[in-house]
Order: sequence, then structure tokens, then C-alpha cells
Amino acid sequence: MTERKTQTGARWLKWYTIIYLCFIYLPVLFLPLFSFNDGIYVAFPMNGLTLHWWQEMINQPGMIHALWNSFRVAVPVSIFSTILGMCAAKAFTGYRLIGEKVLTGVFILPLVIPFIILGIALLIAFNSYGIELSLLSVGIGHVLICVPFSLFVLKSRLEGADPSIEEAALDLGETPWMTFWRVTFPLALPGVIASLLLTFTISFDEFLLALFLTGNESTLPIYIWSQLRFPAKLPAVLALGSAILIATFSIVIIAEYFRRQDTNLINERVN
Amino acid sequence: MLLSPALVLMVLALVSPLLLLVGQSFTIETGEAHETILSLANYQTFFAKPQYLTVLSRSLIIATLVAFATVLLAYPAAYFIAFHVGQNKVKWLILITLPFWTSYLLRVFSWKLILGYNGVINSGLKWVGVIEQPLEFLLYNNSAVVLTLAHAWAAFAILPIFVSLQKIDKSLIEAAHDLGENSLATFLRVTLPLSMPGVVAALLLVFIPTVGDYVTPKLVGGPNGMMIGSLVQVAFGRLDNWPLGAAISVVSMVTVTFVVCLFLLGLDRIKKLAV
Repeated sequence: MTERKTQTGARWLKWYTIIYLCFIYLPVLFLPLFSFNDGIYVAFPMNGLTLHWWQEMINQPGMIHALWNSFRVAVPVSIFSTILGMCAAKAFTGYRLIGEKVLTGVFILPLVIPFIILGIALLIAFNSYGIELSLLSVGIGHVLICVPFSLFVLKSRLEGADPSIEEAALDLGETPWMTFWRVTFPLALPGVIASLLLTFTISFDEFLLALFLTGNESTLPIYIWSQLRFPAKLPAVLALGSAILIATFSIVIIAEYFRRQDTNLINERVN
Repeated sequence: MLLSPALVLMVLALVSPLLLLVGQSFTIETGEAHETILSLANYQTFFAKPQYLTVLSRSLIIATLVAFATVLLAYPAAYFIAFHVGQNKVKWLILITLPFWTSYLLRVFSWKLILGYNGVINSGLKWVGVIEQPLEFLLYNNSAVVLTLAHAWAAFAILPIFVSLQKIDKSLIEAAHDLGENSLATFLRVTLPLSMPGVVAALLLVFIPTVGDYVTPKLVGGPNGMMIGSLVQVAFGRLDNWPLGAAISVVSMVTVTFVVCLFLLGLDRIKKLAV
């Protein structure tokens, strides 16, 4: 009796999850659908297929420039925040820290303050320190919100590692630096990659801080925001959105493929 | 030692700007050469105008609605992935969070396209002949904001809830069944309380960014949907009154902290009563 009830429950849950997936995917999938529509309005019935908007997207120098700017911010941001996150994670997992709770609180702080407030606080600070707004100021803002994510990803990875492996390397005469490179780093590598991908994505997609902290240069989200006001530009923005969608889908699928290869390899070695 | 680089950054780029923000909120410009004097005028302006307080309370109400809507919608899906998909958990998690790796702006904007006067729903329904005139109640109101953000923040709710459900020791659930509890009672008395850390994390992760959100109210909230983020943006943009903007930020930051603490304390009280 209970058995059958549980099964009906599971079936309902499954249907709910499928509907929920549709709710999550449908709005996002309208972007590529209408980027091929021969007309500037996003409305049914569609007028026929065209590649015109994709061509227009590629031919917009402003967009390519903004895309390049976003890379110039997101790549260093992901590297810096991962290095800082790694140092902090090592400190949190390797040592007993005085005031550990307070320190954790400091690192969570950027996430419990609405980004818009963080943005203006940084704007005021840059202004009073006499630092000019540029891609660098956006980058500093992004590192601030990325370090917490990097820290938590790496901390959970390092917590799983056995400290005696590091001790063994030290006992066998490795210097602390070489121990880090040859033992700690390879152990943490999946976490490092996850942290790089996560912080890259956060920075690449971040809008509110960038809105306040860019000078004359715009990052991709700022560019998209400026285009949303003009209905005639909309289809090209849809094409751009679809391109980002396809790129991220492929990256995530490739990353998952490699992750599976990795686990398969480990399983083979163990067997 | 290892902590210091990150800590220095946090102090330089976080604590000092926040202090400067608070400092600036207590000043006014006296006209010439950007000289400033200490004053409470910005706070007086804020509390004297009922519009400001209305916007602040609307932001808090909408953020609360969004937080609960997002968590309620996401919980069953997270539960399904945690308990019913066997070996394919990672595949399902990737499937369900994949859309959130795309641009946040476009995620929000797509709802404007869907709900708009000439949008996907209206034009679609007109096309198949269900309606003659476009439905106007779809866009530019609070429910549009709640719906849009419940979609935009879904991953913030699914992941923490999934993690906390995943951590639950399955034998506890089996034990409840063996002791004769039915499925619903087991869920309410074992699974739900044990997954509360994830639920609370999800509520906060959604509530806080929603209070300060500026994009969604602007795109789908309509003229009466202004939230505190829009006020801050206007003070720093069109009004060019930084000290007032700083005061608005400080008030909303203090309010958010107060609400969050109240919520956590209340939860603690309930937990103690239940035990």
C-alpha cells in the first residue's frame, strides 16, 4: 500500500520536474528561435527564416569590442580570484585560525550586500582615492565578488584531501613550495578548474557593478543593456544571446565530458 | 600569512568603501568647489518623503514574495533529483542549471518579450484565435516581477536545497517509514526539517539580490514597480546627488540586515520550540 503510494508520488514529482524544466528552458529558447525570424518584432506568427540578424550581429564593431572587453576583464578576474581563493582556502583548511567565524563572515560579506550598494560604495571609494574608472575598476569589483565563490569551491575540495599526503611529501624532503606544486595543486586541480570556470562566468555576465564602475569602455552586458532600448536593434541582440547560449552550452557539455573521462580513468586505475 | 592577500583585498576593496559610503551619507555639498559639511539632511529627506518609504517597503515585500516563490517552485525539482534519479544526478543538475549560464540580462529580457503587449503569449493566442485583444495584465506589474525573478534565480534555490537533501542520511527516512509514518508525515517530520539549512540559504541567496535588483523592475515592473535599486541609480545618475544615494543605500542595507536577522532569530525560536 505505502509502496504504491510512494510510486504515485514519484510519478507526480517526475511530471512536476519536467514541467519545471519547460518553465526554465522555454523563455531562454525563444531567443534563438526569434533570432532567425524575418522581422523585427518578437511575435507569432513568424515571418520566415533569415540569417540576416546573425550577419548584422557579426558586423557590429561595438559588439565585438564589448565582447573583447569582457574577455579582458573576465580572464584576469578568474585567475586572480582563484589564486586569492586558493591561498585563503589553504589557510582555512590547513591551520587553526583565530577568529575563524569572523574571518568567514568577512568573506561572505560581499554576497550579503546587494550588488548595487557594493557598486556605489566602490564608486565612491575610487572617486575619493582618485582612481579613474576603467576596465580595471570593473575588474577590482569583480574580484571582490568572485573571491568568496572561489574560496568556497576550493575549500570544499581541499577539505576532502588527506593532510597526511602533504606531510609525507615534506617528510621525504620536498620543500614546502614543491610540495604545493607536486601534491596540493594536483589534488585541488578539479576545484581550481571549477573555480576558474565559475568566476569567469560570474565576471563575464556581471551587470550591476559594471554599470557603475566602467568609464567609457563597455563590457558585453553593458553593451546589451544599451541595445535593449532600440526595438530595431533587438533581433541582433537575440542573435548575440543565442551565440552566448550555444557557446556556454558547448563549454559545459565539454567540461562534463572531460570530468567523466577523468572519473572513468580513476575508476580504471583503482580496478 | 596565506590569508593575508585575500584579507587585504577584502579590507581595502570592501570595508573601506563601505565606510566611505556611510561617511558620505552624512554629508551635503555646499555648492562651491564640492565642499562638503556634515549633516543629517539626506536622512531627513529620505524619511520625510513617503514615496521613498513606499519604494523601500515594496522592495522588501517583492523580495520576500520572490524568495518564497523561487524556493517553493524549486524544492520539488531538487527533491526529485536528490531522491529519484539514481545514477544520473549530475546530468540532471547540469540540465536544470544550464540556462543560468547564459546572460542574466537576456534571461530577464526574454520575459518582457513573452509577456509584452505584442509579445509571444499575446500574439500567439491571437494567432490561434483565443483572444481578440492583447491581454494587458501580463506585463508591468508585481506578478510579472515575481515570475521573472523566480525564473532568473532558480539555480540559487535548486543547488543549496539539493545539497542539503543529498546530505540527509537515507536510513533516517527508512526508519520513519519502518516506524509506521506515512510518506507525507515522513516528509514533514524528517526530510523537510533536515533540509532546512538549504532552504534558508536559498531564501537568503534570492532575497538579498532581489532587494537591490534594478534590471527586472525596470524591464517588466512598469511605472509603479520602482524598487530601491532604481532609486539609488537615479540618485547617482540623473539627480547626481551622491550623498542622498549613499543615504538611501545605508537605510536599505540596515533594513535588509535587520530583516535577515529577524528571520534567522525567528527560525531559531521555532527550532527550539519544536525540540
